[in-house]
Amino acid sequence: MLLRHTSKEVKVREGLTINPAKTCQPIGAMYAALGIHGCLPHSHGSQGCCSYHRSTLTRHYKEPVMAATSSFTEGASVFGGQANLLAAIDTIFAVYDPDIIAVHSTCLSETIGDDLQQITKKASDDGKIPEGKYVIYASTPSFVGSHVTGYSNMVAGIATQFAESTGVKKSQYNIIAGWMEPSDMREIKRLAKVMGINIVLFPDTSDVLDAPQTGKHVFYPKGGTTVEELKSSGDSLASLALGSISAEPAAIALEKKCKVPFETLDIPIGLTATDRFIMGISKVAGVTVPDEITADRGRLVDVMCDMEQYLHGKRVALFGDPDQILPLTEFLLDLGMKPVHIVSGTPGQKFEKQMRQLLDERSPETNFKSGLQADMFLLHQWMKNEPVDLLIGNTYGKYMARDEDIPFIRFGFPILDRIGHSYFPNIGYSGSLRLLEKILNAIMDRQDRDALEEKFELVM
Amino acid sequence: MEQIGILEGRERQVLEKNSGVAQADIACDTSSLSGSVSQRACVFCGSRVVLYPVADAIHLVHGPIGCAAYTWDIRGAVSSGPELHRLSFSTDLQEMDVIYGGEKKLYKSLIELIEQYKPKAAFIYSTCIVGLIGDDIEAICKKVARETGIPVLPVHSEGFKGTKKDGYKAACHALMKLIGTGSTEDISKYSINILGEFNLAGEAWIIRQYYEKMGIEVVATLTGDGRIDAVRRAHGATLNVVQCSGSMTWLAKEMEEKYGIPYIRVSYFGIEDMSKSLYDVAVKFPDRPDIMEAAKQIVSEEVKTLYPSLQKFKKALTGKKAAIYVGGAFKTFSLIKALRSIGMSVVLAGSQTGNQEDYARLKEMCDEGTVIVDDSNPVELSKFILEKGADLLIGGVKERPIAFKLGIGFCDHNHERKIPLAGFVGMYNFALEVYQSVMSPVWQFAPRKGGSL
Repeated sequence: MLLRHTSKEVKVREGLTINPAKTCQPIGAMYAALGIHGCLPHSHGSQGCCSYHRSTLTRHYKEPVMAATSSFTEGASVFGGQANLLAAIDTIFAVYDPDIIAVHSTCLSETIGDDLQQITKKASDDGKIPEGKYVIYASTPSFVGSHVTGYSNMVAGIATQFAESTGVKKSQYNIIAGWMEPSDMREIKRLAKVMGINIVLFPDTSDVLDAPQTGKHVFYPKGGTTVEELKSSGDSLASLALGSISAEPAAIALEKKCKVPFETLDIPIGLTATDRFIMGISKVAGVTVPDEITADRGRLVDVMCDMEQYLHGKRVALFGDPDQILPLTEFLLDLGMKPVHIVSGTPGQKFEKQMRQLLDERSPETNFKSGLQADMFLLHQWMKNEPVDLLIGNTYGKYMARDEDIPFIRFGFPILDRIGHSYFPNIGYSGSLRLLEKILNAIMDRQDRDALEEKFELVM
Repeated sequence: MEQIGILEGRERQVLEKNSGVAQADIACDTSSLSGSVSQRACVFCGSRVVLYPVADAIHLVHGPIGCAAYTWDIRGAVSSGPELHRLSFSTDLQEMDVIYGGEKKLYKSLIELIEQYKPKAAFIYSTCIVGLIGDDIEAICKKVARETGIPVLPVHSEGFKGTKKDGYKAACHALMKLIGTGSTEDISKYSINILGEFNLAGEAWIIRQYYEKMGIEVVATLTGDGRIDAVRRAHGATLNVVQCSGSMTWLAKEMEEKYGIPYIRVSYFGIEDMSKSLYDVAVKFPDRPDIMEAAKQIVSEEVKTLYPSLQKFKKALTGKKAAIYVGGAFKTFSLIKALRSIGMSVVLAGSQTGNQEDYARLKEMCDEGTVIVDDSNPVELSKFILEKGADLLIGGVKERPIAFKLGIGFCDHNHERKIPLAGFVGMYNFALEVYQSVMSPVWQFAPRKGGSL
């Protein structure tokens, strides 16, 4: 079997990454840009980058993913990619007619020194951008950070390049989505509505990457944050950034540009993170928490209590992206479970500090590594040394789960072999309840499967 | 959607067959237009898919993490033994490496890898920026080869240095360095190499079995279920049998020049082409009439059971229309024939990498009114699928959701095929898959087919 190649003995590696728990910036930028209405993401680099990102997003969402590429050639890499990008802008507006082109760079265009700000300015000066249309950009070198960084950079770019302050405040709040699924974004909008506040949510990939079957292939599905909404974000009363890595930089940019104050919260995965989210809205907007939400919360707590006996002390290994696994770890701890190993390929001191703090307080013996060589090979080695009862992570975890013969829950990006993530949220009280159901099912299905016949019982 | 036309500058890459008038040749072999939503990939992708199935080598991607992450276990190229190819190895280059060079990291990574896995060889893929930062990969590879005693082969696959086809060539170039380094002792005179068969869903095993049944020794399969030792002695074969014209013809030509091994081009898809690929090999061994006899025997036995089993599909599918958009043009020829044998016509045929000769042949094969495209994009594909009323699209991962959004059937004839489509049994599987998809009850619910509330 595939991962029998993993050795138990952990050796320090200096150069090599094996089975990465991250990918590169541009795909994150592409995903973020898809959350703007009428936007065509544009990859400024070789053709392969764009093709790989589209393929991965297509596999994850089972939806057509449209994005254009500068199609770098040898010439472009010698003389710079300006000509390619300018030609691309012409082609895209002439043929695909988006409202917005969101350009992101790649390792190639960054290394040859293409300056996206300067090139897009030139495009504008040369009259290549039709009236009422936009070209925005984000610098996303693949050799820095991870896909999460790319998402974060593009979201910050969206904020800086669209937000305007008219001097007149609008009775609305910005919610800046950290990397989450279309289903989660839809749930954020529902919760805001129930709370009775007006929000501008960006980016918003709901109705873009979970679009209904219509018998047509549309380039620009009906979802996505509109330009008007994005512009008005500068007049909002405050911003809530969900995720300190993937969303906060955009909130900081908005504060800097339009003086919109912000608060950073975790993505509301699990009970306590959702509490903070709901109370955050309540505090910032001065609204009371409606009964409907209190009841949702009550149901989650009820199930947590009903089922605590099946989860207590269960050992979990998890890997994924900072803003998702931080609240997830907290949720596991709240359930009485034991996060034994945690890995994220995304580097960053801020995340490192936050996770350490949480673990120091509540689970100091947990193995945790992020950044370089924090890969699935290391996680697997840890699992071989200190076995766990459950693995949580993206689809690539299936090899480890199979090799170790343990239950596995798909969570994070990418999920290439199941559906559901686009449609059923993991956030909020009801989303967390679904996540809890998944955890319980995984563990109890295994208990049933492994039970001796005399212990195989109707009521567990 | 419908009002979007063909991309300006792409008019010459699209053609609707009309025998009544003189038509210019299709333009191809060009790089994609900047700004197009192309379905194509890059040089690295080409190299990676060709070498990927070599299962007892390590495949180290030298560059930032993405290139390794996106090509981790993407292709169902099955191995009967080691599975090193299914792991993802990267030097994960960082900003400092870009500034100061990645040679040290590459060296360390290689040493760590070879110590950990004891592979038979190592392939080192250059990605875009490696060319720019000036890492001397050749030198590092030589050094590591010397120190570890295994072949360490650079693959010059910087993404921007051409098209996917150039990547195929870079991969073949690396293979050429291995070929000729093994012993050819004991290799039969009646022997072949199978080129361009990647063992997706175990297809190479099926093909190999046919040839072995004919009494022919298969020296190496390049690269399906590939092994370094087999590649090293591939020059001992008498004949190269090349499938997938895009990827391996270059290697066949090189081997012909260097080792005097002739080659033939074949295809294993569909009854007609599959049978021909056995006969064409048998013909090359005229002093052994038993080989031809065995080939005839195989074909007659296989067809005897296959043909009747196809009839129920044919009955259901007759009159249905297909659109084909795949990587190589050679595959398109076989698919047209295979589809015809189950009663379907082809209304759109295209490829990412076909050449002039391929398109001329394609035009000759196609029915009147068939649209032929080179390096197409989603706009064109959807436009023609709707205009021509196709019931099925055959393509790869990025095409699948387009078909489903339009509400028509789909067959993956690329990396994501899950059942073997090659060989006689593959023809049955293909017909079954097409039948199941085209005849699925779900399409009736698509609004375009009148399925609205």
